[in-house]
Amino acid sequence: MLQIKDLHAGIEGKEILKGINLTIRPGEVHAIMGPNGSGKSTLASVLAGRSDYEVTGGSVEFLGKDLLDLAPEARAGEGLFLAFQYPVEIPGLSTINFMKTAVNEVRKYRGQDALDAAEFLKLMKEKMSLVNIDKNLLTRSLNEGFSGGEKKRNEVFQMAMLEPKLAILDETDSGLDIDAIRIAAAGVNAIRSKENATLVITHYQRLLDYIVPDFVHVLYNGRIVKSGGKELALELEETGYSFLKNEMNIA
Amino acid sequence: MNDGLSTIEQQITSDYKYGFTSDLEADQAPKGLNEDIIRFISGKKNEPEWMLEWRLKAYRHWLKMEVPEWANIKYPPVDFQDIIYYSAPKQTKKLNSLDEIDPELRRTFEKLGISLDEQKRLSGVAVDAVIDSVSVATTFREQLGELGIIFCSMSEAIQEHPELVKKYIGSVVPMTDNFYSALNSAVFTDGSFCYIPKGVRCPMELSTYFRINAQNTGQFERTLIVAEEGSYVSYLEGCTAPMRDENQLHAAVVELIAMDHAEIKYSTVQNWYPGDKEGKGGIYNFVTKRGICAGVHSKISWTQVETGSAVTWKYPSCILKGDHSVGEFYSVAVTNHHQQADTGTKMIHLGKNTRSRIVSKGISAGVSHNSYRGLVSVAKNATNARNFSQCDSLLLGDRCGAHTFPYIEVKNNTAQVEHEATTSKIGEDQIFYCNQRGIDTETAVALIVNGFAKEVMNQLPMEFAVEAQKLLAITLEGSVG
Ligand SMILES: Nc1ncnc2c1ncn2[C@@H]1O[C@H](COP(=O)(O)OP(=O)(O)OP(=O)(O)O)[C@@H](O)[C@H]1O
Ligand SMILES: [Mg+2]
Repeated sequence: MLQIKDLHAGIEGKEILKGINLTIRPGEVHAIMGPNGSGKSTLASVLAGRSDYEVTGGSVEFLGKDLLDLAPEARAGEGLFLAFQYPVEIPGLSTINFMKTAVNEVRKYRGQDALDAAEFLKLMKEKMSLVNIDKNLLTRSLNEGFSGGEKKRNEVFQMAMLEPKLAILDETDSGLDIDAIRIAAAGVNAIRSKENATLVITHYQRLLDYIVPDFVHVLYNGRIVKSGGKELALELEETGYSFLKNEMNIA
Repeated sequence: MNDGLSTIEQQITSDYKYGFTSDLEADQAPKGLNEDIIRFISGKKNEPEWMLEWRLKAYRHWLKMEVPEWANIKYPPVDFQDIIYYSAPKQTKKLNSLDEIDPELRRTFEKLGISLDEQKRLSGVAVDAVIDSVSVATTFREQLGELGIIFCSMSEAIQEHPELVKKYIGSVVPMTDNFYSALNSAVFTDGSFCYIPKGVRCPMELSTYFRINAQNTGQFERTLIVAEEGSYVSYLEGCTAPMRDENQLHAAVVELIAMDHAEIKYSTVQNWYPGDKEGKGGIYNFVTKRGICAGVHSKISWTQVETGSAVTWKYPSCILKGDHSVGEFYSVAVTNHHQQADTGTKMIHLGKNTRSRIVSKGISAGVSHNSYRGLVSVAKNATNARNFSQCDSLLLGDRCGAHTFPYIEVKNNTAQVEHEATTSKIGEDQIFYCNQRGIDTETAVALIVNGFAKEVMNQLPMEFAVEAQKLLAITLEGSVG
């Protein structure tokens, strides 16, 4: 469903992604790990269509379409979701109202009728219990004054609401307590299906106990330098990233 | 970053949705202003002698006054001799029912989305519609009449309730108050009059729609609301003007009087033609609005959503004379393209234990300028006065300006006056966050702006809150790319 070929991208003339190759098929869960500053969030942002980043080479195909050609909102309409590493605050706008607009805009994009208030409420209740989020949080201004963990939980809730085909979770586990990680993982697993795929960016193998990946990739200095099965995550947990420097120096 | 921010300034393509003119035969005065014109207006309206004298006095005073220049706005000088001061849609006989209204006039209202009949009846809104200068229809009269509430056009009030008009007109905004109030006093043609008797809670929102229709007519309404002891009224004024090339002058005067324990809520949704993208045309909106909390424990609350006009100069104010009286001012002012707004309030604390609250939200886009100008004044005898002011500005793009001019004059040391101000920009990251959820940039801006203005929007009567939200979105259409 997602095919990234030799993707190069950067910001203000500085190259950050230096040739990424990655293929994700429906039903798969991929994990990306890698040291701070290696370009993980940049990859997520480029896929979501953040305009600050300039794509300087390569291609990305998503469900048969040229992803890089689509506006960010169209990418969302096509079924791409990004749970942000740093969710933004929007004062005065409740998550409920935000989601009502989002869900209906996405439906519009797909040629579906807008949900009316009752239908929306039903959907919301269902997803709220799925990710175990408190209603009070959803009536407050979006992310304003939320704790780090509450913000992440809100991202998972939004993901559940939008039922994406490809969800990218950028360090959704950091800041979450153990219970919350379990719940977030349950949320991801609940929408996991043969048609959907997930790309999990994380520093911790712990999350991968709950969201078991089919593949683990190590991103270093703008390139995927190592790929493997879920055991690679365990290996990294023990040895850290120091091996990379050696390998890279040799290479 | 560059890409995003520069596009904020690009697409600026919002078309004014109310730009049509209707072919109503108008009955109008020749251009220009002199004593004869004033006699003409007064004669047309069959006014009593005292009213004419009052107008002439105002006119003579106006001749000696100069155009105010202190506001943070720039516009070419207005030629007061190039304006038609009276223009009435021709209407031969007096209307007995709504069905008799000129169909063309009705269509005008329909295009504006004002329905004079069932819809508004159902939503419980009484409408006093003002087209150019003459009030054409007043609904709900009878129902209100049973409660002793008078809600009619100013012209009718002069005929039918002269003692009330004579007593209160100019009592809050003296004719000599300022250049535009003097001009209005001389030439006002119509407006609304509203009287709520003692102990009566007005059961519905009273509403007036103003509309500037004929070419080159200045609009000078005069509105007067008197709330007797223990009464309550909520009043909404909405305005639209068709598209015109020449700038049209609008100089209204609104006076509110609240007696002991009375409360007046006055809400305005103003979306007059702001001019085109290059700043050509548009309404000059120079309004004097003032209320007096004359009695103890009285309350006056102004709420305004200002999205239109090329130039706005407007400071709805409260004189807190009665002890324990409360004044409130909630404002959202949006400017785009070349619009200029200088607006704010004055809270004049005279009585003891008086309280005032100011919440001003300015939103600027394009190359517009948006200024908040407010005065909080506490007189020597006003012990324990309290004021809280919050002025927030939101900028869209790099070429617009937001300015805050708070003036504080405190002559009693028991006063507590607090002022907070913030300026923020719509963040590229906020927009991207919305985009990522499938929301396009236009809608994202509307969501963010409405969130920013929420505290004020919440003050509006329910029926109009939705309309006001849409107006904000329309005004800012295309202001962020
Ligand atoms: N707006 C920007 N301006 C300049 N440099 C940037 C910008 N955004 C990212 N970078 C740089 O790009 C590199 C990759 O950043 P990125 O956020 O993708 O890393 P990451 O792998 O997600 O790291 P972390 O694990 O800390 O989240 C870093 O060196 C970062 O400083
Ligand atoms: Mg990151």
